[in-house]
Amino acid sequence: MSKFKKKKGGELPAISTASLPDIVFMLLFFFMVATVMRENTLMIKNELPYADQVEKLQKKDLVMYIYAGKPSERYQKQFGKEARIQLNDKFADLKDIQQFIIEERESKREELKPFLTTALKVDSETNMGLVSDIKYELRKAEAYRVNYTTRSGEASQNLE
Amino acid sequence: MARRNAPEVNAGSMADIAFLLLIFFLVTTTIETDSGINSKLPPIEEIENPPEFKQKNVFIVLMNQNQELLVEDEIMELKDLRQAAIDFIDNGGEGCNYCQGSGDPASSDNPQKAVVSLQHDRETEYGAYIAVQNELVAAYNFLRNREAKKLFGKSFTEMENDFNNPDFRGSISKLEEDIKTIREMYPLNLSEAEPKERE
Repeated sequence: MSKFKKKKGGELPAISTASLPDIVFMLLFFFMVATVMRENTLMIKNELPYADQVEKLQKKDLVMYIYAGKPSERYQKQFGKEARIQLNDKFADLKDIQQFIIEERESKREELKPFLTTALKVDSETNMGLVSDIKYELRKAEAYRVNYTTRSGEASQNLE
Repeated sequence: MARRNAPEVNAGSMADIAFLLLIFFLVTTTIETDSGINSKLPPIEEIENPPEFKQKNVFIVLMNQNQELLVEDEIMELKDLRQAAIDFIDNGGEGCNYCQGSGDPASSDNPQKAVVSLQHDRETEYGAYIAVQNELVAAYNFLRNREAKKLFGKSFTEMENDFNNPDFRGSISKLEEDIKTIREMYPLNLSEAEPKERE
């Protein structure tokens, strides 16, 4: 009799969660590898314009970012409301751009240097005067490949 | 003396720790890539004798500080710019056997000679400038796509995507050749003048 009793009493055994950490770690490693941390904290308003004829920026490590726009509210007391340039984490002047490009270029491997692209992340309300000054500095620094970074959408939205 | 075994560390909370980290990385991850309009700046060098362009081969787009457009001496809305640019580039006055334009003698001779000149003020907004740039690039893309479809059976954009795709099965050098052909048929002649100071 006791033989049968034993069988009856056994409930479903709890599913072993011993391998759960392994699974989670696997996911964790995936995201750790895939993560690109935001490199710069933006100190400016940066609403990019819309465009629909866009190409993707392929390799992130070959891109130098130049931001421009009005300083955000907490910096307006200090820096005013005029649109400014931001390089890395600081506000910068036009004359700093060349130095910035040279430093960025130095940090890359020799064979990659011709493929460096400058991404211009400029707020859509900025005046073109500043942008063409930046472009002139880029030409002086011989950084000819540029990308006007945009959001995807109808271009006519820019004029509203 | 009998050696005592060290008690086993309870690994039950390992999953919790891993989850915490996982969630942190999930939140900070940005997978999206940036996209935008590519362009190439000209080198700074004074050209002694700038090449002469016939008036009819230059398509002048002016932008003022109120984001208004003046295209070939006429005020134009942004939505009409693309078609106007296509008509100009694809006019086919002479020496262009694939153009489908009207062949207007007052418009451009052929896409190789046609130049689009974009001039803007220092006070023009960047957004408006990008909108215009976008329309002009769209005009070229439209024409390139049309010719690529006719010659190679797929659009120019697809060809470029294939070219950038490492998994592309097929001859890369052939594709490069084809892309070059299309680029030569409709070269992107976009000239930008230095902005004028407003008095």
